[in-house]
Amino acid sequence: MKREPDLSVELCGIRLRNPLILASGILGTGPDLLVRVARAGAGAVTTKSCSLKPRKGHPNPTVLDWGHGLINAVGLANPGLEEMSRIIAQAKELLKPLGVPLIASIFGGKTEEFAALARKLNSLPDFIEVNISCPNVEAEMGRPFATDARMAARVTAAVREASQVPVIVKLSPNVTDIAYIARAVEEAGADAISAINTVSGMVIDIHSGRPVLANRIGGISGPAIKPIALRCIYEITRVVKVPVIGIGGVTSGKDALEMIMAGATAVGIGSAVYYRGVEAFGQIAGEMRDLMAELGYETLAEVRGLAHRA
Amino acid sequence: MPTVHNLPQPFKIAEVIEESYRVKTFVLEGSFEAEPGQFVMLWLPGVDEKPFSLVNSNPVTLTVARVGPFTSELHRRKPGDTLWLRGPFGNGFTLEGEHLLLIGGGYGVAPLLFLARKAREGGRRVSVVIGASTARDVILAEDFLALGCHVIIATEDGSRGFRGKAPEVAEELLRDINPDALYACGPGGMLEAVRMMAGRRGLPVQLSYESYIRCAIGVCGSCQRSGWLVCRDGPVRRA
Repeated sequence: MKREPDLSVELCGIRLRNPLILASGILGTGPDLLVRVARAGAGAVTTKSCSLKPRKGHPNPTVLDWGHGLINAVGLANPGLEEMSRIIAQAKELLKPLGVPLIASIFGGKTEEFAALARKLNSLPDFIEVNISCPNVEAEMGRPFATDARMAARVTAAVREASQVPVIVKLSPNVTDIAYIARAVEEAGADAISAINTVSGMVIDIHSGRPVLANRIGGISGPAIKPIALRCIYEITRVVKVPVIGIGGVTSGKDALEMIMAGATAVGIGSAVYYRGVEAFGQIAGEMRDLMAELGYETLAEVRGLAHRA
Repeated sequence: MPTVHNLPQPFKIAEVIEESYRVKTFVLEGSFEAEPGQFVMLWLPGVDEKPFSLVNSNPVTLTVARVGPFTSELHRRKPGDTLWLRGPFGNGFTLEGEHLLLIGGGYGVAPLLFLARKAREGGRRVSVVIGASTARDVILAEDFLALGCHVIIATEDGSRGFRGKAPEVAEELLRDINPDALYACGPGGMLEAVRMMAGRRGLPVQLSYESYIRCAIGVCGSCQRSGWLVCRDGPVRRA
């Protein structure tokens, strides 16, 4: 008798019922919303990036559907560590009975801020994700740490030392060699890598002759970036041993399997929430099961990294 | 499915109507399909982008109070100038019953005018309570009258119409009006009062909520109220 395909995966020793993780920056603003995503079928959920101090973010427009994906420059708006700690604690309580782990995304302008955030969050979340790759705060913060291997490694080491929980480092595709940076953060102690953050881009309105985003430049996500993400995951998993969360344009079960074939252990879901609603999680998981049954796979371990075969 | 403008589209201002000392109606050139209660994101390049409920979709019409820097800038725009809109977004009001009671607080009256027009087009009876703090803040009363609505005005200081808040006045009149369904748009406290009233009377009620909206498409989470996305699940909610 054929067994129902098993979607569960293990990430740094923590069991996920399925590999679908709510990506940071999407719906992660409050405990009720995080729980709603978990109930909709996510395997894990990530909060909106948290900084030490509250941040207002950029003025609108901040998020747009430009036709083949989204572009955003929200500017890391968040209520700051104190309030986010409350949100994380509440979310953790509500998520516990559902068996859905919580990933806290952190962001800082300096290495010490990242370390302080990790230290203060302590073991409140199940994982910490280090957002060193936001492309939308350059005017204020300078080039993202993820564009420089040495800086990326320094932040990773500082957070690894400060954190009580597994550390995921989120990488940027806006670099010449993402594999080189992946190896640098692995050597610095990253327990996992997530990639990719959004691809830097711009949308212009011809009637006003202006970029539409108030920040002018933003991060592209959604279907348009899936091939870029697949290539990045492939290149990263060729050179690192730590598990990788593949993020970028996954909106279907087919996309998710492609990401796992590229070498990902888990799969981030973001813009799919726009295309399919919060229900995207359950729908994508269902599609993965159907496709695995059709293709004759029982576990994701059989699927992982298939694209790497000679 | 009606077309949604995902990127801001230019609309020329055809006419500006002064509704009160600080409320203007912008009638634009052009139209799109929309439901009463839906909203658009209005972009002024180089300034900001904010959500506004539609007052009409053919022609596209917005009624805006001057309350801050963005709306002050908007109020300086003249006929012939361009405004940029994306949308319409969200879930609007659904018509139910033969006699509708609409309750609007302050600028919340504006989207109810769109609802009243649709209801009247369908031959339904419409009563509307227009609530305001004082006489000079009462807006759109003549527009509702022109549609053949039964108009009741409530001011908190009694300077025009009944004295009291819109929900209190509505509740006193409820027996005489005897509506099949309640609809409300306005400040949070007002919506809560209407929700309670509807519960006491066993009447269906639809409430239009406000929130800080960024993406308008249900991804950023800025507008959430206890996990409910005002921009995508709302802004209209059946209580």
